[in-house]
Amino acid sequence: MSEAIFDEMGLNNQEIRRAYHGLRDWLKETPADILALRREEAETFFRRIGITFAVYGQGGDPERIIPFDIIPRILEAAEWRHITAGLVQRVRALNAFIGDVYGAQEIVRSGIMPADQIILNATYRHQMQGVAVPNGIYTHISGIDMVRVGLEEFYVLEDNVRTPSGVSYMLENREITMRLFPDLFSRHAVAPVDHYCDELLATLSSVAPRNCDRDPTVVVMTPGIYNSAYYEHSFLADQMGVELVEGPDLYVMDDKVFMRTTRGPKRVDVIYRRVDDEYLDPLAFRADSALGVAGLMNAYRAGNVNLANAVGAGIADDKSTYTFVPEMVEFYLGEKPILNNVPTYRCADPSELKYVLDNIGELVIKETHGSGGYGMLIGPKSTRAEQEAFAKRVKASPDKYIAQPTLALSTCPTFVDEGIAPRHVDLRPFVLAGQDIRVVPGGLTRVALTEGSLVVNSSQGGGTKDTWVLKD
Amino acid sequence: MLSRSADNLYWIARYMERAENLSRILRVTDRLSLMPASAEGVEEGVGNEWHSTLVVSDCEKGFYEKYDEATAENVISYLAFDPDNLSSIRSCIDAARRNARSVRTALTSEQWESLNSTWLELSRLKESRLRGGGLHGFLDWVKERTLMFHGSTVATMLRRDSFHFMQLGTFIERGDNTARILDVKYHVLLPEHAEVGGGLDYYQWASILRAVSGYRSYHALYKKGIKPWFVAEFLIMREEMPRSLVACTARVKDCLDELAEEYGQRHESHRMAGRRYSQLRFGRVDDVFRRGLHDFLEEFIDQNNKLGEEISRSYLM
Repeated sequence: MSEAIFDEMGLNNQEIRRAYHGLRDWLKETPADILALRREEAETFFRRIGITFAVYGQGGDPERIIPFDIIPRILEAAEWRHITAGLVQRVRALNAFIGDVYGAQEIVRSGIMPADQIILNATYRHQMQGVAVPNGIYTHISGIDMVRVGLEEFYVLEDNVRTPSGVSYMLENREITMRLFPDLFSRHAVAPVDHYCDELLATLSSVAPRNCDRDPTVVVMTPGIYNSAYYEHSFLADQMGVELVEGPDLYVMDDKVFMRTTRGPKRVDVIYRRVDDEYLDPLAFRADSALGVAGLMNAYRAGNVNLANAVGAGIADDKSTYTFVPEMVEFYLGEKPILNNVPTYRCADPSELKYVLDNIGELVIKETHGSGGYGMLIGPKSTRAEQEAFAKRVKASPDKYIAQPTLALSTCPTFVDEGIAPRHVDLRPFVLAGQDIRVVPGGLTRVALTEGSLVVNSSQGGGTKDTWVLKD
Repeated sequence: MLSRSADNLYWIARYMERAENLSRILRVTDRLSLMPASAEGVEEGVGNEWHSTLVVSDCEKGFYEKYDEATAENVISYLAFDPDNLSSIRSCIDAARRNARSVRTALTSEQWESLNSTWLELSRLKESRLRGGGLHGFLDWVKERTLMFHGSTVATMLRRDSFHFMQLGTFIERGDNTARILDVKYHVLLPEHAEVGGGLDYYQWASILRAVSGYRSYHALYKKGIKPWFVAEFLIMREEMPRSLVACTARVKDCLDELAEEYGQRHESHRMAGRRYSQLRFGRVDDVFRRGLHDFLEEFIDQNNKLGEEISRSYLM
């Protein structure tokens, strides 16, 4: 991998890239104080409509706003075509894999994946073994985290196929850019994203249970107002025009799911659930869950309701499963992967563990079940003492960790205190899988606002950017 | 709509109304405590109006677990600010806002912004600001903010089920509170079931009228000065008076009728509301006094609660 950092505008190179010419001209014409003013307006807008992200246990205001950077990130049509083809292929393979896990497990029989990788995985749900889900789709909504390290070098960093969040920011960021910078926006042919919620509803409706003979009733299920992504849950329900339910709003009778409404019980066909597997049904999983619905799993297995994403889909986004995805693409689809994985060391493998411990200063080590940027060590940014402490934890349970080289993530121009400066970014596009697979042209670009920082997670001070895909 | 959403809307309205009425009750008490009769009462060990305020606001038990004596300062602190008191003004605004967060999209942006800024301002308010004459300013502020919320509801909400559930909450709560405010009089002045209308009670009746914004309205309707008989009639039987028991009962019945129309279903709550309304509409104030005002009010509060529960059974659970 190249050492030099790739700036997507071309700031540190000789030449500004073509997609960014319009932005370059506009930035030249627009004084910094106007930018600062617009940034303030953006913040007021987010605060007023209450787009907040809750971070608990750190003191301060638990209802925080994720900082929004006003300078858009721009992708060319050709780049996007490449990404889309890769995403569609990847999601097809992940679906085939999950179906195989809960079916014949051909991938184990063929010797590609050890059985333990599945059976001993904390995200494996034996309750799903042999359950037929509508259309064979398990990952209806996927958020695939990608990074870019060069002109044509895109890598997949993580597959999020449980309850990926962030799509509301993709939509609200676009809304605010169009509102604040109509002049900049109108100079570009930006592919629209605002039909995402229609596509989401169409996707969810297309996977209604086979025996559903009416217009399917779709609901969004949330753990409630204290969940960090509650704003998004209510936003999506509102945009789709469906009910936002909590566990106690639903009940199961005769293996059918109903919601309690002011007109009496109403049958529910598809649940877009933003509640984790373990909390879905106290009878099937954690008995102490107050967020779930007793009997939901029975209704699901009886084919009377569909859940998106499927229970047990998490087996495909475990970080130790991730290393097998390129092989899955070849095994299930007979194709070469379009998007590559970041080279990854499995600490469970003794020789790879040794390499990881010997090179701890240059690697990023992650917990296989971790998310949100917690439980990781960034070698080059850590002290010797931190490395030693982390090495101890890895040695104690190596199968809980993987390691990757520190990537030189691409940068994008970002409006920070000292003016316009390059900051590292990643990209989370959202893939919808129902009757067919669709990707809305755009995604959530997360940006590490601190100079040199590689951590883009919103829980750790990252911000977001509007992501433009230009039309040809 | 989801029963839980309807329940949230109903309770937002109830909590906002309760906050408003608590500020009214505190105001009346403060006024009564300045009257000469008060001092005599305390000497006899019966007529402490701060204690009575706890009784009518149903906060007596919790209060005495925390305090020994019902002084003005203790009672105000407990009823206005105490987060442990689930009926304090602060708790009501908190609860209303919490409910509102759950049903954000069912509220108009005016409603949300009005409620959210009230909550923000209250969470920044220092309790010490109330000492030394700050109480009235605070109580006025609460009244103003709750009226603003109520106004935003009436002015901006689509007239359909969600609006009717909020109205139901408002009027169930308001009926309860008017009855309780009227009962303050009983607890302060008539500890020994003395005859209503005796002695020095003119000022106390006037305070009650002020507490329900009815002082001038009363004079507009009754040109005979303040007479207990008429004040009671005014607050119980006069439908023109928007906080009277009959007016609240009428609005509850109307809202339920609108819901029945929209949903094409009637429930036990409709029968109960209709019956209660006719009893008040065609009742006579002499009967109320013959039975005893206090008994009448107690029964009203009890029936009102039962109707609230029945509404829950019909729609909210």
